Amino acid sequence: MMRADFPLLANNPGLHYLDSAATSQKPRAVLDAMRDFYETSNANPHRGAYLLSVQATECYHRARLDIARFLGVADPDTLIFTRGTTEALNLVASSWGRTNVGPGDEIVVTALDHHANFVPWQQLAIEKGATVRVCELTADGRLDLDCMKQLVTSRTKVVAFNHVSNALGTINPVTDIVRLVRDRSTAITVCDGAQSAPHFTVDVDAMGVDFYAFSGHKMLGPMGLGGLVGRRALLEKMPPYQSGGDMIEFVYDDRSTWNVLPHKFEAGTPNAAAAVGLAAAVAYLEQIGMDRVLSHERSLMSLAQTRLSEIEGLRIYGPPVTDRSGVVSFTLEDVHPHDLATILDGEGVCIRAGHHCAQPLMRRLNLTATARASFYVYNDEDDVDALVTGIMKARDIFGYVPA
Amino acid sequence: MSRPESSAEIAALYQEMILDHYRRPRNKGTLANPDATAEMRNPLCGDEIDLQVSFAGDKVGALKFSGRGCSISQASASMMTQIVEGKSTTEIDSIRTRFRELMLGDATAATDTRLGSLRALSGVARFPARVKCALLAWNALDTILVNRRG
Repeated sequence: MMRADFPLLANNPGLHYLDSAATSQKPRAVLDAMRDFYETSNANPHRGAYLLSVQATECYHRARLDIARFLGVADPDTLIFTRGTTEALNLVASSWGRTNVGPGDEIVVTALDHHANFVPWQQLAIEKGATVRVCELTADGRLDLDCMKQLVTSRTKVVAFNHVSNALGTINPVTDIVRLVRDRSTAITVCDGAQSAPHFTVDVDAMGVDFYAFSGHKMLGPMGLGGLVGRRALLEKMPPYQSGGDMIEFVYDDRSTWNVLPHKFEAGTPNAAAAVGLAAAVAYLEQIGMDRVLSHERSLMSLAQTRLSEIEGLRIYGPPVTDRSGVVSFTLEDVHPHDLATILDGEGVCIRAGHHCAQPLMRRLNLTATARASFYVYNDEDDVDALVTGIMKARDIFGYVPA
Repeated sequence: MSRPESSAEIAALYQEMILDHYRRPRNKGTLANPDATAEMRNPLCGDEIDLQVSFAGDKVGALKFSGRGCSISQASASMMTQIVEGKSTTEIDSIRTRFRELMLGDATAATDTRLGSLRALSGVARFPARVKCALLAWNALDTILVNRRG
């Protein structure tokens, strides 16, 4: 329905882009906003005393306000811009983690986590002599909250999980997890929101997590900008993650003092153009309405689920559609997902094949890879048709014969 | 954006011989007392090849592979074990060089009879993302031969 708003899709009528969980396409409004920034307001924010720099600072500041409002964050200074989710999570592991985690402490992560919310904690634990505990899954690919109840104790310092699994699409019950953690420990909660912010209304303040990370490029914005929302009391006490320009207050020969939030965590020239682009993306999503984004994806997911379920030998992973967001992860008999992706590519269908940066999950599913189709605002029923046609073609090429 | 993959190219990629080697791999298994082993992983897609070789003088005596992955990686490994068995390391070097040329789209390599059944993999050259799959087993063999030379 909105395909015409996306130049790459409009210019490639036969292209069926089903890899939005990896990165989304960009609407013209976002590209225009970034171009406009460079053509009318480009200067280094927070630096010059001249009007143009003030204008650039204004653009950057306004973008932060818009994005904070979109995410339900009342205090915009607690939204730190980063390169994306990965950097945001590394910021927490590095700054809060190194200061607060020590020998004998425990960190709980989950088998559903993306490597970006798994490896930083694993490495912190190795460095500090702490222990990582992994929350296991139920048979249908949800977090096993009984397992988490057993893992979270007074020794737990961090509980890291994702809002939505990028590999299976599972939507995790964040408020239940937060309550469970609060009841049993003083641990901080770190939520990877890379797959939730793009797809439905997220109210970070109401969720009650201590940290929430997201990526702009998965929600129609440009690559290279995402953010970390953190509780002010925690951010205030945390040491800087990187040092340099913008993040300091006074620099002496032997010591320095730090700028206020959010600047303390934003060393160097900020990516103002990308922030302006992401603000335009957020405006675009708000114009559609996040409820409509969700219902549109749900209807495509249901259609895909029904059509794919009819294909003999095709197996879909994860919970039912109503508990999933935007993702269908599947395998087809002995056709390797990479072969499937190549054959689908020949039909103009872009899907992801591989471990989806979730090797601990794949190991538990006893798989090396799945094929993953993911949906967003610009997809329609034609994309589902093309997916099914391509899968049938793969079955044909592989001369599918029941074993 | 150009899309090189036509139906004909897809068909050329997934030739019957490749699917046959994928489903009925030759020399799959392990040797009792290998002289050398190498494992190769492609972390991007999870393809795995473990290669075991025993030498008979300057020649590769027997070799076996185990692993899992896409049809291209597994079929290429199966075909490789067939063609290098009983050959000298010098002969293998020359075949390997020629095979790499095949993967780079060299048209003369595609008709070079020295490559035998490996020519069935010529279609891979049109799919740059898949070349690494076809080379995985050859890289494992390369590791073994380089170590042997010391």
